[in-house]
Amino acid sequence: MFNIENIRKDFPILSEVINGKPLIYLDNAATTQKPQAVIDTLKHYYEHTNANVHRSVYTLSERATKEYEAARDKVQKYIHATHREEVIWVRGTTEAINLVAQSFLRPQLKAGDEILITAMEHHANIVPWQLVAEQTGAVIKVLPINDQGELILDELDNLLTSRTKLFAFTYISNAIGTINPVKWLIDKAHEKGIPVLVDGAQALPHVKINVQQLNCEFFACSAHKGYGPTGIGVLYGKKELLEKMPPYQGGGDMIRTVSFEKTTFAELPLKFEAGTPNIADAIGFGAAIDYLSQLDWKALMHYEHELFLMAKEALKEIPGLRIIGEAKDQASIISFVMDGAHPHDIGTIVDSYGVAIRASHHCAMPLMKRFCVPATARVSFSFYNTKEEIQVLLEALHGVKKVFGLP
Amino acid sequence: MGETTTNIIMLSDLYQDIIVDHTRSPRNYGKLDCASHHAEGHNPLCGDQLELFLHVNDQGVIEDLSFTGSGCSISTASASLMTEALKGKTLKQAEALFEHFHALLTQENAEASEDLGKLIVFMGVKDYPSRVKCATLAWHTLQAALKRQAGLVSTE
Ligand SMILES: Cc1ncc(COP(=O)(O)O)c(C=O)c1O
Repeated sequence: MFNIENIRKDFPILSEVINGKPLIYLDNAATTQKPQAVIDTLKHYYEHTNANVHRSVYTLSERATKEYEAARDKVQKYIHATHREEVIWVRGTTEAINLVAQSFLRPQLKAGDEILITAMEHHANIVPWQLVAEQTGAVIKVLPINDQGELILDELDNLLTSRTKLFAFTYISNAIGTINPVKWLIDKAHEKGIPVLVDGAQALPHVKINVQQLNCEFFACSAHKGYGPTGIGVLYGKKELLEKMPPYQGGGDMIRTVSFEKTTFAELPLKFEAGTPNIADAIGFGAAIDYLSQLDWKALMHYEHELFLMAKEALKEIPGLRIIGEAKDQASIISFVMDGAHPHDIGTIVDSYGVAIRASHHCAMPLMKRFCVPATARVSFSFYNTKEEIQVLLEALHGVKKVFGLP
Repeated sequence: MGETTTNIIMLSDLYQDIIVDHTRSPRNYGKLDCASHHAEGHNPLCGDQLELFLHVNDQGVIEDLSFTGSGCSISTASASLMTEALKGKTLKQAEALFEHFHALLTQENAEASEDLGKLIVFMGVKDYPSRVKCATLAWHTLQAALKRQAGLVSTE
């Protein structure tokens, strides 16, 4: 078992005071808070290690390169990639998906080809595909969802066609928490020889990732959603595909030789890592993985799920409150609307109680449209949240009702 | 445990009674049949959407105006109170009013100009920078309508 008080001490920001109240951070699906170990690693890097990587022979640069590449090894182990060079550093999930769209898909797309996504995607897993579709005349197809916010799996067979060049879907919905049957979806696509990209942005903080077991072609995630720094993330891709793909961007570090006539490119993974990379935050990502790895993950996830169930039950008791998305399999993310109070007002009012929640379309406008709401209020939990914090949330929502004189 | 008074004080600066009243029963809500000016406003982040209709006569007086749409409390009440404030005003007066209103929401130590009337209740919005967009959506839409800009204005 773990001690919640000790866990909370690992996250200095949790003792922050907001509007005169202790911070209650319930926007973990947007970004998670950082443990001291990650903060210390960043500081230590700039104080003792900072130098450019892969470029020089002096000791400091070698030290920076070693730590930077060690972080890649940590990610490889954590997501169970077969080879270390299958782990490409990117800015985050968004850049990872754009990379696949432009380097993997664009060269092979022809007019009339199809890209299959789902109705619950984040804009990051919609817009990059629309851009390549516009560039090539390809078409976006969408696997619909039911009223509970689950994918309608019966329709998959019809949507995976001989023209489908990629199936891209999210592991977990950031807006409504649905956990998709990822392995099943991947296997279905593979039966027809269709490659798969998994948007793993929300998976990192909630599930143990094993890309070999999943057998997906690509997997994208952002460190900041999993207790690491912002500005760094990973594209995992199967080696044989990455090797065939042209570079995404040109510049330093990604070349072998350059003349004005011809450039030969570096081997993986550097081929996709043009320019001076985000060294410090990559190392910080490694520190986040170290931190997570020494925790009792199973116990933490069990506890986080308990918080989720408790919050969901309590929210359901509030008259006029409607939960959007009630999938059977749900991560600790709850979206809701309230009669007589717009999500935006809910967000402002609960903030005055120190409670930070998200109130928006969650970068999933098509999903909002599917449920006929302009926006929702969303609470999303981490293992550092507490039952007492849920009580304050409920009190704050009661405050919302008071402001608008609602029953 | 009951809520502390600080919540109530802070929030009541923002959600003043008039604002809550106009949220719950917006005035001049609906379409105008023979509008001379019309525009749609959109705040993509929070999904606020409104449509504004005006009837401006040959002397440049706003004879009638109305709005439809859905949005948060601040944007709805702002649209409602704006329509009340502008009825019978000249376009020139309307423009001056918008300037004063905007200053009230965005400038430190802005003097509350007399012509603001009830609109003064939005003063509290200044302490909530992310909500200024909500309070000004109707006004930006007004400008678009008066400029006869076709299509959509957006706060983003
Ligand atoms: C499901 C999902 N996909 C993609 C993203 C984009 O991630 P990032 O902004 O870190 O690139 C997010 C985060 O907002 C997300 O929740």
